[in-house]
Amino acid sequence: MIQKSPKSIKIFRNIGLSGRLVEGERVMIGPYVRDDKDFSACGVFGIMNRSGGRFRARKIVRAMENMRVRGNGLGAGYAVYGLYKQYKEYYALHMIFDEKSVKRKVDEFLQRNFEVVHEEAIPTDESVGLPNPPVFWRYFVSPKKKGGDKALSDEDYVISKVMYINTRLRGVYVISSGRNMGIFKGVGFPEDVAEFFMLNEYKGYMWTAHTRFPTNTPGWWGGAHPFGILDWSVVHNGEISSYGTNKRYLEMFGYYSTLKTDTEVLAYIFDFLMRKRGLPIEVVARILAPPTWEEIDSMDDRERAFHTALRMTYAPLLVNGPWAVIVARNGIMFGLTDRIRLRPLTTAERGDYFFISSEEAAIRAVSPNLDRVYTPYGGEPVVVTLEEKALKKVLGE
Amino acid sequence: MVSYLLPEFQVVRDDERCTNCGACVFQCPFGVHQWDSEHNRILIDSSKCVGCQRCVVFCPEDALIVKPYEGSYRPNAYWSKGVISDVIRQAEGGGVLLTGMGNDRPHKIYFDHILLNASQVTNPPIDPLREPIELRTFIGSKTDRLEVDVVSMELKGELPPNIAIETPIMFAGMSYGSISYNAFVALAEAAKKFGTIFSTGEGGLPKELREKYGANAVVQVASGRFGVDSEYLNYAAAIEIKIGQGAKPGIGGHLPGEKVTQRIARTRMIPEGTDALSPAPHHDIYSIEDLSTLIHAIKEATNYEKPVFVKVAAVHNIAAIASGIARAGADAIVIDGYRGGTGASPKIIRDNVGIPIELALSAVDTRLREEGIRHRVSIIAAGGIRNSADVVKAIALGADAVYIGTAALIAMGCTMCQMCHTGKCPWGIATQDPMLERRLSPALASKRLVNLLRAWSMEIKEMLGAMGINAIESLRGNREHLRGVGLESWELEVLGIKGAGE
Repeated sequence: MIQKSPKSIKIFRNIGLSGRLVEGERVMIGPYVRDDKDFSACGVFGIMNRSGGRFRARKIVRAMENMRVRGNGLGAGYAVYGLYKQYKEYYALHMIFDEKSVKRKVDEFLQRNFEVVHEEAIPTDESVGLPNPPVFWRYFVSPKKKGGDKALSDEDYVISKVMYINTRLRGVYVISSGRNMGIFKGVGFPEDVAEFFMLNEYKGYMWTAHTRFPTNTPGWWGGAHPFGILDWSVVHNGEISSYGTNKRYLEMFGYYSTLKTDTEVLAYIFDFLMRKRGLPIEVVARILAPPTWEEIDSMDDRERAFHTALRMTYAPLLVNGPWAVIVARNGIMFGLTDRIRLRPLTTAERGDYFFISSEEAAIRAVSPNLDRVYTPYGGEPVVVTLEEKALKKVLGE
Repeated sequence: MVSYLLPEFQVVRDDERCTNCGACVFQCPFGVHQWDSEHNRILIDSSKCVGCQRCVVFCPEDALIVKPYEGSYRPNAYWSKGVISDVIRQAEGGGVLLTGMGNDRPHKIYFDHILLNASQVTNPPIDPLREPIELRTFIGSKTDRLEVDVVSMELKGELPPNIAIETPIMFAGMSYGSISYNAFVALAEAAKKFGTIFSTGEGGLPKELREKYGANAVVQVASGRFGVDSEYLNYAAAIEIKIGQGAKPGIGGHLPGEKVTQRIARTRMIPEGTDALSPAPHHDIYSIEDLSTLIHAIKEATNYEKPVFVKVAAVHNIAAIASGIARAGADAIVIDGYRGGTGASPKIIRDNVGIPIELALSAVDTRLREEGIRHRVSIIAAGGIRNSADVVKAIALGADAVYIGTAALIAMGCTMCQMCHTGKCPWGIATQDPMLERRLSPALASKRLVNLLRAWSMEIKEMLGAMGINAIESLRGNREHLRGVGLESWELEVLGIKGAGE
């Protein structure tokens, strides 16, 4: 099992949406986990079939193999969208348990707070020989709101419960919590992780993937990418030098970083700005990677006022340092880099398929002929959306 | 009566170099150097020397050395020379000892126990000579929800008033009265030139300066309400309600009548030659709800167009006080640490009351975040900012910007001799004596201040770039970039930082 670290104890003063801890109460928040960051260099890749056609893992695994040098075998993972046709109306909670024995308290917690329509072990192939795998489990649930929680939207309710599990239940992590999507990740090269989870058994209309080159920690299964909250998933290459600022701002709005990587804050930032604040990605990109003041000062009055207000108000959400991300959510995928573009990102399309990748070579490894290749500027988002008809099908609405 | 006091300084003259030119006699306002016309020589009375070094700098022959007086009492770690001297002073004078500048006691300097981060390999440092690194800072309340028309990309609704400054360094309140007119103008001019703001202190803003410097002025409303009228408030960039200051928390102010010249009297709106007394409390603020009333009265008077700051000394319960101030409607909270300077303070207060800005600032930032209201106010750290690294550390601990007072005075010439309260400032700064004031040229002094702001700003960019940060907002409250050395665990916890190596 995962080795316990004595440093895993951290004092929290104010936890989650679900209440306040008395000062000094100690909470175990997981193996190795302190609320600091772990940085790494990485490769990222995403594919969407815009008409909603579902395809298997083979393509993305092949692309990731092509970028082997961007990882070192200490972490890889995949987010798959459209894989749970049968339970598409339910929130799919993918969890890792340090050991099977913790499942009992998870079951109790879920029974209290959700209708659980189905649960099962996530099938894995132990013969792949990855080091120290934890126990993987998935639950398909719908909210069972009581009392004061009734005021929350379903999404906020799910987030608050996920935050509760991640910060309060020892040895348990929710690694994805969206509808009709799931995250599979672990310690290994991407092709090994894909094999371990037998990903070729699944079909999805969109896949994102990550290979990791962590520089300061032994690989921890929960620390691999993608990171997700609700149906958001983020794969990230880079190091966020504004991590402390971003993290502490998000805490004011009930988002707690527990998985020890700076990527986690990105997932929360997107959820906060796009879902909670209702801002489109074009605006969000200008918060995370804003134009310089010199550029803003030379805009016309209206644009200047807009950008000044944006930068002033959401200054704590400027994401600094070198980063490139691929963010996905049901029906949408986008790529974005830091404003001075210190990490690579390239996009391409071929027929219904749209690709975002750290390297063009990886795209050409799965689709040698491309209709169009585009490399965005720093801070310029490239967005691809699912056709509306297909989206309705995905979410069953 | 013979004074039992030992001299504090010793003035040594190299008679081979001295040409008896008399520059030292002219420069010293304390009468250390006296012309002996009978024997055509200069006499020295070291007992009057305050160690300001004015005569040394202005001696054309480099013939003078001023150094601490070497003689002392029997060494005693408890009854030090300073302690004994103060007892003697009070035995001889029978009064409260007054002093100027900030607390000079050898307490732990937390800034010096905090080290900064830099990028290596996994994250490229950014070179400020090649890439933009941005210091623009907004002081004021921020909303947490911007109403935007996402189609036309336009703002909907109004934003709370904010001031944009080009560097996160502002000049702290130093009143016209406590400092000379020339020093006051120099601060105003430097703030305007560099794109930052200066606080007027509690002595009002002379009418002839309003048009030119109002946009860079934070006008103070203190317990004496000197110089406050509607025009004063409306010319300003912001209004600062001064509750207290770090050098003398809980203590009022007293500008003696001899310093209240005609010009100061007019600016303060009091009769010439009368004492200008600031009570310890505002007599209309005995509670937090009274503060809220004054904040809103000022907002009414200025049409809700200007941020209102509230300045308080860093005292024990500062986190709860700051939370109350934020909820009372302030747009910015100025926290003034116990190292903050003053023109005059009882020495016993200056040396014993208040807490360090580093700890106060961290506690306030943490508390406001726990309460989810940090964005609703800016935090301005004051009281002991000595260099650009202190600025960076203060911002990483949670400040939006800093106020500098003492450092600005030093830039103009101050050598911290702590004689501000005597009105005899040899550098023409803390004086109303026209002969002494003439020593300070506003043009030259403002240039020195601009140089200081430029130098610190460039250094801040270097430090940010090294950390891989290209905008100051990404440093704010970013305690990940700080590590402590030589601190105990309770200190690390209050500061919210890890120890080095962690």
